Amino acid sequence: MINDMNPRDIVGEFRETVLNLYGGMQRKVFYTGIETPYPDGKLIVSTTDPTGIITHVNQAFIDMSGYTEAELIGAPHSILRHPDMPSAAFKDLWDTVERGEKWQGFVKNLRKDGGYYWVKATVVPNIRKGVVVGYTSVRRKPSRTKVEECIALYPTLF
Amino acid sequence: MSFLFTVSPDFTPDHLSGWYIFNTWLQKQTGVAIHLEMYNGFNAQREAISQDKVNLIYANPYDAAMLVREKGFLPLAKPVGESDEAIIAVSASNPVSDAAELTPGIRLAFTDDPDVKMMGMIMLEPGDLDVGNMQSMPCDAYVQVAKHLLRGEADVGIFLAEAYDGLSEMIKKQLKILVRSQISVIHHSLMIGPGLLDKREQFQQCLLGMTGDEKGRGVLESLGFRAWEKVDDEEMEFMIDLMDTLTL
Ligand SMILES: Cc1cc2nc3c(=O)[nH]c(=O)nc-3n(C[C@H](O)[C@H](O)[C@H](O)COP(=O)(O)O)c2cc1C
Repeated sequence: MINDMNPRDIVGEFRETVLNLYGGMQRKVFYTGIETPYPDGKLIVSTTDPTGIITHVNQAFIDMSGYTEAELIGAPHSILRHPDMPSAAFKDLWDTVERGEKWQGFVKNLRKDGGYYWVKATVVPNIRKGVVVGYTSVRRKPSRTKVEECIALYPTLF
Repeated sequence: MSFLFTVSPDFTPDHLSGWYIFNTWLQKQTGVAIHLEMYNGFNAQREAISQDKVNLIYANPYDAAMLVREKGFLPLAKPVGESDEAIIAVSASNPVSDAAELTPGIRLAFTDDPDVKMMGMIMLEPGDLDVGNMQSMPCDAYVQVAKHLLRGEADVGIFLAEAYDGLSEMIKKQLKILVRSQISVIHHSLMIGPGLLDKREQFQQCLLGMTGDEKGRGVLESLGFRAWEKVDDEEMEFMIDLMDTLTL
């Protein structure tokens, strides 16, 4: 399950919209124009089960998303879904990892406080004894040039 | 018949004798005859691994993936509190203060330490830098990387953080750190492989018990480690998956 965002958590002026998520879920989100820069030298790491439910996050993930570990574990990974991200990107992500391949892309993530942060994300399937038991994603600091390209490209994919 | 033990060539040279002391201790404790072979560089060591000569290895995280997935090795232990981190440094007189300000064409000094180079390249990405748009200056040791920077022969250097921290104060004063990685889950591990796998638990117990006796503590000291900590299969698999996301 995934809850709507809470206006009391939002910092700054915000807009609101409703996201249609996988499996018919809907979520009301609030988002601002405030960017949090990617922390130098760090990696943001999370692991999900085969359906995309978060099973592990590192401290950098917690710090950047603004949620507590307890709020993240057990939540669908779309808890970070930003309205500016085209669904096509995530369809490509899932199609790729379900083929057993590595996916890489630039993602704008939504923070609990309504702000956002850009990452360069890589997702790999976790294969144990030949079976996919989940997925791991590691994010690193993206180049500004690549982010600018995505800012121009993503709105055309809706 | 004796088994073959080797150490990733990126270990700090100060601990060369430490590994021989460790090997002697390990043989006494386990009753297994083990020969320590130090290879001259990564290529020679990889060649020995590919010929299935190696049974025990203190492996860097980069090789660990291949050892587990292709050679049937399993993890034993890792040194407590040690993780592999990288540093991007320039000469102190360089006006650049952020890796993202570096521009294509720069001269990059690095060693053939594969995971350190990988972490370093990741930290250079925010400036749109990659192997294709930099001039490579391969070095044999981190001191050489530092010297290239001091002499102005290289613009940027990639260091193992531990090696950078160990440079003399005089050298460090003339250098400037742009980024220090804080990844904390990438580490070297002692791994056991073909021929010795049935002794995994025995070896693990010996290693974990080292802090419990005075001799063992002395051996650890000569390696520069506080203690060994068990690495289970899933922790190693997690690190391998993580490495996999970074090698692209
Ligand atoms: C390991 C892993 C990590 C993911 N990380 C993110 C992420 O950081 N941000 C995000 O919006 N979606 C991420 N996703 C994709 C989400 O599961 C989801 O597909 C996406 O947010 C779109 O939501 P929807 O599938 O419900 O439409 C990740 C998926 C996996 C498997």
